[in-house]
Amino acid sequence: MEIIVFIVFVGIAYVVGTGIEKKHFNSLKEREAKLLSLPSLTTKGLYPEDQIEECFLVTGSVVISGDYFKAILSGLLKFFGGRIVGYESLIDRARRESIIRMKDKAKAWGADAIVNTRFEMSKLDSMTNQNGTGMFELLAFGTAMKLKK
Amino acid sequence: MITTSIESVPGKQIVEHYGIVQGSTVRAKHAGVDCMAGCQNIFGGELKGYSQLLEESRQEAVDRMTAQAKQLGANAVINVRFGTSTITQGASEILAYGTAVQVN
Repeated sequence: MEIIVFIVFVGIAYVVGTGIEKKHFNSLKEREAKLLSLPSLTTKGLYPEDQIEECFLVTGSVVISGDYFKAILSGLLKFFGGRIVGYESLIDRARRESIIRMKDKAKAWGADAIVNTRFEMSKLDSMTNQNGTGMFELLAFGTAMKLKK
Repeated sequence: MITTSIESVPGKQIVEHYGIVQGSTVRAKHAGVDCMAGCQNIFGGELKGYSQLLEESRQEAVDRMTAQAKQLGANAVINVRFGTSTITQGASEILAYGTAVQVN
């Protein structure tokens, strides 16, 4: 009986988790296309100093967690080593989301480019999250620049 | 107060360095939000309560950093970096640090 409950539980987590992921990837693609005009670069010296009007710090962050299915799958995969596919896609979409949030803030301010973009990632612990799905914060930050027109 | 993540303030000359300034805050979300996050953990996805918490905390860390810079007589903080770490379960420390400078 217990094993049936467990399988149903994991099944629901899989279906809902995959649905959320698919939806998120679609919305990411859409919003990334919209923000193409505002590039975020990891270099800094691209724009000559006399062209820059103003600059300021922008950040974008997102806290994301894996689902129960991913936690169990990764537990099994870890035994053999290799790629943990579920978490790859999880971190990927969270990082992309954090870039979009950073760009949104820069855009609202009227910036033309973001330079010296850096990433930070940290694992968070929750009082109630003891099921090992993992909770991560991904942060992107950089210097937004407004160019002289 | 100008803050940048690069080593200069474009278009401005640095006239004086004041050294490192930092601001940090330790925050926790109340048990209700933490519980909600615990439930959401089953299905995965973004944890909005925590996203918001860290966003607010980061702003506060930056504010404390700029306050410290102001105290030194600086008018810009350059090369700002961030760090986050878990102190205990449910509580995070958010750190912002940079170099305080005077620009003209």
